This record gives sequence, C-alpha cells and structure tokens, in this order.
Amino acid sequence: MHQKTIVEMAAGLRAGEFSSEELTRSCLQRIETHDAQLNSVITLTAEAALAAAQAADARLKTGDATPLTGIPYLHKDIFCTEGVRTSCGSRMLDNFEAPYDATVTARLKQAGAVMLGKTNMDEFAMGSSNETSFYGAVKNPWDTERVPGGSSGGSAAAVAARLAPLATGTDTGGSIRQPAALCGITGIKPTYGRVSRYGMIAFASSLDQAGPLATSAQDAAYMLEAMSGFDPRDSTSIDQPVESYAQSLEQDLRGLTIGLPREYFSEGLDAQVGAAVEAAIEEYRKLGAEVKEISLPNTALAVPAYYVVAPAECSSNLSRMDGVRFGYRCEDPKDLEDLYTRSRGEGFGAEVKRRILIGTYALSAGYYDAYYLKAQQVRRLIRDDFVQAFKDVDIIMGPTSPNTAFRLGERADDPVTMYLSDIYTIAVNLAGLPGMSIPAGMVDGLPVGLQLIGDYFAEGRLLNAAHRFQQVTDWHTRMPAGFE
Amino acid sequence: MEWEVVIGLEIHAQLATRSKIFSGASTAYGAEPNTQACAVDLGLPGVLPVLNAGVVGMAAKFGLATHSTVAPRSVFARKNYFYPDLPKGYQISQFELPIVHDGYLDIDLEDGSTRRIGITRAHLEEDAGKSLHEDFQGMTGIDLNRAGTPLLEIVSEPDLRSAKQAVAYMKKIHALVRYLDICDGNMQEGSFRCDANVSIRPKGQEEFGTRAEIKNINSFRFVERAINYEIERQIDVIEGGGTVVQETRLYDADKDETRSMRSKEEANDYRYFPDPDLLPVVIEPEFIEAVRKTLPELPDRKCERFTQDYGLSHADAGALTSSRELADFFEQTVKAAGGEGKLSANWVMGELSALLNKAGKDISESPVSPEQLGGMLLRISDGTISGKIAKQVFEAMCNGEGDADSIIEKQGLKQITDSGAIEKIIREVLDANPKQVEQYKGGQEKLLGFFVGQVMKATQGKANPGEVNKILKQMLV
Amino acid sequence: MSLDTEAVARIAHLARLGVDDSEHESYARNLSDILSFIDQLNAVDTQGIEPMAHPLDASQRLRPDEVTETDQREKFQKVAPSVEAGLYLVPKVIE
Repeated sequence: MHQKTIVEMAAGLRAGEFSSEELTRSCLQRIETHDAQLNSVITLTAEAALAAAQAADARLKTGDATPLTGIPYLHKDIFCTEGVRTSCGSRMLDNFEAPYDATVTARLKQAGAVMLGKTNMDEFAMGSSNETSFYGAVKNPWDTERVPGGSSGGSAAAVAARLAPLATGTDTGGSIRQPAALCGITGIKPTYGRVSRYGMIAFASSLDQAGPLATSAQDAAYMLEAMSGFDPRDSTSIDQPVESYAQSLEQDLRGLTIGLPREYFSEGLDAQVGAAVEAAIEEYRKLGAEVKEISLPNTALAVPAYYVVAPAECSSNLSRMDGVRFGYRCEDPKDLEDLYTRSRGEGFGAEVKRRILIGTYALSAGYYDAYYLKAQQVRRLIRDDFVQAFKDVDIIMGPTSPNTAFRLGERADDPVTMYLSDIYTIAVNLAGLPGMSIPAGMVDGLPVGLQLIGDYFAEGRLLNAAHRFQQVTDWHTRMPAGFE
Repeated sequence: MEWEVVIGLEIHAQLATRSKIFSGASTAYGAEPNTQACAVDLGLPGVLPVLNAGVVGMAAKFGLATHSTVAPRSVFARKNYFYPDLPKGYQISQFELPIVHDGYLDIDLEDGSTRRIGITRAHLEEDAGKSLHEDFQGMTGIDLNRAGTPLLEIVSEPDLRSAKQAVAYMKKIHALVRYLDICDGNMQEGSFRCDANVSIRPKGQEEFGTRAEIKNINSFRFVERAINYEIERQIDVIEGGGTVVQETRLYDADKDETRSMRSKEEANDYRYFPDPDLLPVVIEPEFIEAVRKTLPELPDRKCERFTQDYGLSHADAGALTSSRELADFFEQTVKAAGGEGKLSANWVMGELSALLNKAGKDISESPVSPEQLGGMLLRISDGTISGKIAKQVFEAMCNGEGDADSIIEKQGLKQITDSGAIEKIIREVLDANPKQVEQYKGGQEKLLGFFVGQVMKATQGKANPGEVNKILKQMLV
Repeated sequence: MSLDTEAVARIAHLARLGVDDSEHESYARNLSDILSFIDQLNAVDTQGIEPMAHPLDASQRLRPDEVTETDQREKFQKVAPSVEAGLYLVPKVIE
C-alpha cells in the first residue's frame, strides 16, 4: 500500500479497494516499525488521524471529496496545529500546544487529508542537515550515518522511507529542495506569496515559503494545489487564482527552453553530482527541450547576502519567544532581565543563537547600512539576474546541492561550510521565485537532485517539466534499502 | 543670563477605530484583562499583521488638515526592544517613511499674535499593553488588551518657546483630532498623551541645547507644570556649573517634579528595519481627494467665519471653536435665537459655561439644549423678558422645568412694557414715599435708583427697566 | 570584520540571550568567520540600487475596520507559563 502514489490511493479509496482508515493504519504501522532508525516523526497523532480517516471515509461516500480526501500526510512541526504540540524543533516550544491552526493546516484539513503527526526539523528551520533539532538528528534512509538535509529533514526522510506518501515542508534558503535532493524525493517551493504563511512559525519572513514533499511531481501537484491560495490573514499572500497544477502535467516539452547557469556548474560542485545532472539534462533534450547556457553573475553573493537578511529577520521574529505568554520559561527567574536571558539562553540551541547574534549585530546601530542595507541591495542584483535570464529561457536547471548527503556531524562545527551546501537554492528565495528538486540520479548509492527554477508563478510549468521527466525515468520510484 | 526655551512635542493620539491596527480584536476601553487580546495581539508564534483600512484614512485626514504631505508610499518598520507589555519583542511603527510629513499648525499666543508650529511627521504605530503593579506575590501582571491599538504619533518641530505655547499647541491638536473624528481625545483613558522634548539655550544662540525627554504626560495642566519644572531644573543645572544630560524623564504629578528614568537609561539600540510581514502602504491621489471631501470645516476656518457671520471678536470665536461640540452647540443656539450671534455667544460662554464648569461637565452634558437656550434668548431679544429675569428662566430650564415659554407663562415672568401699567405702579411707589420724593426734588438725584428698585420690587422684576427709568424721570419733574 | 568576546556579550545582551561565559570565545570565533564570509558583499558596487525588502513589488492590502475576533483568553492562557486573574505574570517591573 505504501508504494502507491496518491493518485493510485485516491482511485483505490473511490473503488472501495481499501478505506482511508486502513491506509492510515498502514502508515502509522510503518512509522511504528521504521522510524526508530530515522527519528523523522516527533509527534504522532494516531488517534486524531484515525478519527480524521473515518470522517474522510464517510466524506468519500458522499461524493464531495477532494483528491486529498483520506490521504495521509505528515506535517512539518513548524505549522501550528490546534491542540497538538508545535515545537518547531526547539526546546523553547517543546511545551507549546498551538491554540490555533495555521492556514495550511486548515486547508489540508478542509481538503480531507489525514494528518498522521508532526515531523522533526532543524530548530526553527535553521539548518541544512537536521542536526540542530532539540529532538535529535534525523537520519537519511539511504544511509543512516548520513544527514537527510534540512531543515525539512524529517519530512523528506519520512517520505523517502515511504512512511507517508506526502509531507509538508518550508523553504527559506533551500529547506524543501535540499532535503528532497538528499533523500531522493520530489519537493517544490512555490513563488513567495503563493502559500499562506499564517500559522507557519516565522524564520525569515521575506524568504519563508511552504510547499509539499512527495515521491512524484504528480503527487506534489495535488498537494501544492490544496496548500495554495490567497489568505486575507497574510499581507504577503498573493490574491491570484491557483492554477490546476495536475491538469497541466502532461503538456509537451517541445519548444521548452532550459537555461543552465554556468555558475552552477563550476568550482565546488561534486564531479559525479555534476555528471548525474548533465545526464538528466540530456533526458530533457530528448524530450524536445532546447538547452542553452546562461549566466547568473551574482550567484556567489547569494549565500553572504542571505546570511545577513535571514538572521536579521529571524533575530526579530524570535524575540517573541520570551517566556512570558507561551513556551519555555526558566526556573525561578530572579528578575525580568533574568527571565528573558535565561529563558532564551536555555530555550534556544547553538545554531539559533548564532543566527540571532549575527542578525542582531547586522541591524545594530552603526552596522545597519554596511550589512543589512547592503545585503538588500545585493538581493536586488540577484533578483535582476533571474529577471534577465527569464527573458531568454523558460526554466533554469542545475544541481540542487553541490554534494550528496554528507555524514552526520561532518559539518556541525563549521557553519560557513554548512551554509555553502545551500549555494544553489538560496538565490531562489532571495528572488522569491518557485524552485523544485526532483531525483535525477544516484552517486555511490545516494540520490542526486536536479533543481528546476521557474519564473514567478510558473509552478505549473515546473511540475509539468518534472512530471514529463519522471515519465521517462525511474529515479523517483527508487526506494532506500530496508524501506521498500 | 537670559535663556530661551526650546520645546518639541510628540503627541500620541489613539485612532478611533473599532478594531486594532493589525488585528480584528476590539479596541473598546475597559474590558476584562486580556479578553481583547487575540492571537495577533499576543504575538503567538506564526501570526501575521494585516493593516486596518480605517487608520490609513484617519492619518490622511490628519495630514490634509495640517497642510502636510500624505505620503504616496510609506513603510512600516520594526522597533526592537524587550519589555513585557510588548508581546512580539518589537513594536510595529514607521521610521524612515512615515505616512504624513512636513505640515504645520498656527497657534494663538496670549498677546493676540499667532505662531506657526511645524509638524515634522505623523506616523502610524501600535500601542503596547499595560503593566499592573498590584501585588501578585511580588510579580507584575500584564494586560495586553491595549496592545495593537492604533496610534498616530504626531511629532512637532522644536518650534515652541514656552510651556504655555506647548499647551496651546497641544490643545489645538486635541481640538483638531476631535473635529476630524479620528480620536476621542480622552486623556484619562490615555487616548491622547504626549512626550515633551525640552532644552534651553542662551538667548541669541542658534545651536540647540541638550534636551531631556519627558515621557507620557496625560493632561494639559501637567504638560505646563512638567515643562516649567524641567526648564527651571535645566537652568539650575547650567547656572550651577553643570551640564544637562540627554535622558528620558518622568513627570511625577504628585510631587510636581520630573525625574530620571534610570531603568530605561541604558543606551537603546532599536534596530529598526522594514517589517517584512507588511508591504509598503501605497496611497493614490484619488484616495486623498476622496478623503479631502470628507473633511469637516476646521477650527481656523470656523473661527474666521464666526467673526464674520456673528460679529464676534477673534478671542470669542476662538473660544467657541475650541471644540467641535461647543461650536455646534453655539451655532444651533444662534439658529434657535433667530440669528442673535453676540447674545448667544455671551450666554454660551457666560451663564452656561459657568454652570458646566461648576458641575465639572462637558458641553455634551449640558442640561439645556441649544434649542431651549436659543428659545429663551429669543424672548430676551423680543422684550418678553429682561436679562435679569432670563437668569431665573435659565435656572428653571436647567432644573428641567420645561422650555422658556412655558416657564415664563407658568411663573408669570412676562415683562411689563405697558406704560400705563408702569405709570400706575410708579404712582403708588411715589405716594408711599413722600419724604424721598421731596429729597429727590431737593437735588438728591441719586435717589432715582431707590425708586427704580421699589418699582422693580413691586413688579417682581418684571417691569421693563428702561421704561421705568424713563417714566420715573418724567413723573418726578 | 571580527568580533571579540566583549562584542559578543554586548550583542547577546541586546538580544536578551543567555550565553555562558565559557561559550563567548567559540561564538566570537564562529561569528567572526561568518562575518568575514559576509564581508565579500563589500566588494560589490551597489551605488544607486534600491534595497529590496520584499520579493514581490506589491503594496499593502487593507483590512476593513471590523471586529472579527472574540475572547479566547482561556484557550490562549492555557499555554502560558504563569497567569493570575487573567494577567500574564512576570517578575516585578521596576519603572
């Protein structure tokens, strides 16, 4: 059952081959059996899941069902879920049962999707390896000595291990695409503003965007459609109708122009990963696409600009975690200052503290212009590179990550090297563009991700290109040993 | 040495919206603690702000009324600091690009001249909550009902030169925001409060002295006292050989002094940056024109019209237009009084105002309606009653005994103007006082007053005093 | 740009972030590494370029001035560390 795509699951549900309750039990069972090796799920909501599954079964009989009705999914623990712990991977929120649902949570609920539980993640989504979680590192199902990527590492590992057919993720600098690449699954970060951020605990507000992780582009298309749409509670949400992504999947790729940024194939890229990506591009040529080299000259500036903008925003966003109205409060604070300092000192982990400190510094008097303003100016240069490129090409392609999954602990003490693992994904967030990663090869038994970058609101085109690729390749159907 | 005082005010006017600036929670005053603090106001993880349309229109109104620029594009920024009444650890405010800037307001000075006070900017921001220091086992309680209430912070240029000018300016802004219906002006509830930046410099010096900021003054009286105290303090410091420190001070009304707020003294670094959860506020010219059409007649214009239409002095017209309610009351009175502007002004600012003052009431709580008052004034001007009797009628009206006509009728207060009737009464008075008549005729003319008094007494004040005088003189020849 | 332990302490205080004295050194090193990495931005000529605060060139949408929220104090305060009489409690605030 766990090997089915959600399209197959939806058909089975409607044909009465199995019920949502059975499907749900099967997922819960797999989590029970396999997750001890992965640590991908931090809160299991079995009882609520079964109740939701039963309700979905009833709804399926009425004919008022959506493509996601009765389909189980795992929810990144960054989304508020009413009455269910919403920890964001942090000790700070370990005791926080959100008193309301995020818009994404509510939309998936309305669609009839069945939430199985909440997935592990880097603390407050700050990390590229899922090692910064208060709940311990997540392991990559392809090699449990390796990281799954981050910050949506729990979601990616769980879907790769087929513990659930779908999971939600969020992506601030690559947090959907990089773990999708490292775990051999499909993930898409839509255009900034496409999915509501309400109830999604903010890391860097101008960069954060939610999206799905799935085993195929087709599944991702259904999930994204359900998650997307205008939300009056989010000022940055875009009031523009959501395309039917599933409808346009089959579009022919002849005439599609693909741009390969030369900066994405240069120094720093693992040669074997590069070769796998080139091979994937070759498939696109066969599908009738035209491929040309392009340049995104400011690529190298993306990571440094990001490490000013994201920490600056996060330093302010995380100020509300102060031990007063919710979350962790230190024992016996002796005064107000002590309450703040210790609650935050004890509640946050090292990486979060590093970023708060960097961000505080970048915004502080005397440094604002040199860091924050400068980074925002560079951000525009990076965006303009893309705008220029999309005058000539429809989709930009390249590697998602310069390497395959690295070993646990390998980069934990070296923040800058860790940050550089997001070198190809970060620019997309700075520009607010949609980006996607799909499995495109294997190197030494580890998956390689191909990144697809589209113009604003071109999610449909990306999913279409990904789907056509998946029709002629089988990388996305491969499963890690022991999790088949 | 002669010192010149330099003052700038930052006035916080709470905008009279139904809901908060960034959330749909109610702004009603006086609710149970934290019952009007929604998820957004509490700064729960994941929540986002959405701007209230009402505040944009109100800020634009203020901008137009103060000859300011209403910015076509303004930006919300975060002001970062930790305080328990500030749930998010930052206040959403405007920093580099405020919604209103570069305007002015003219104030009247005591010598009859006017002074133009520059308005640097007026920006939108959210209010913080309240700390309650009652004893909860040595803890402080936080009520966040007020958190997220919309404020317009109005920043003046350092153009004020005395505490009196500061008060005049503050009163003028107070009247203006109420005319515009954008703030209820209730100072007790904190809807209108101000911070004063005060410095002194030797007369003739261009350079500003070091200023102290006096925080959170919530009455006109306190503004004057706090500033005057602060001026004296600074003069003492400098003349004593010291230097004024730039700091925040708090005015203690009980002790009538300002004192340094040491807890907030540590150098604040607010780390302002554009709030990424909000987008630039774009105001189109059409919107501004639509707002312009909703502007009421403003105090200065109204004052000018009162002097022209009713022949009032500038001072009287100014006093009557100091609040929209008072001006409206006055105009309705004039209307009911058949256009008697001066008489109406005298009564509104005289008897009525004295009565209200004594009872500590506002014009909106007047025991007589403008129609009642005007109706009575009509009876003065048509000679039905004298000014003296009118006071009696007014008192009766205030006691709820009905309108002027019925009181006059019921109590028989109608003035006697028939000269035959008056003659008859005078005759009786003269007959009863032959000795005084003789003395009068002997040259003691000041006895005329005695006879008038007697006649008025005999008529219970209802005789027309002019007539009485005239006839008396004729009969005493 | 490099940071010394004193600067780390100052920034940590600004952020009300408890950092053990023993950790100041390693934070100072980490943060200095990150800052010198960021310093490559200085080489870019950005004169005349408008800073980009948002990915999309959109303007703020306005919400009608209506009360849409109801009292949910009980629910919200269930997750609070310390409340009494409907108030959030904190150590005494000294004005």
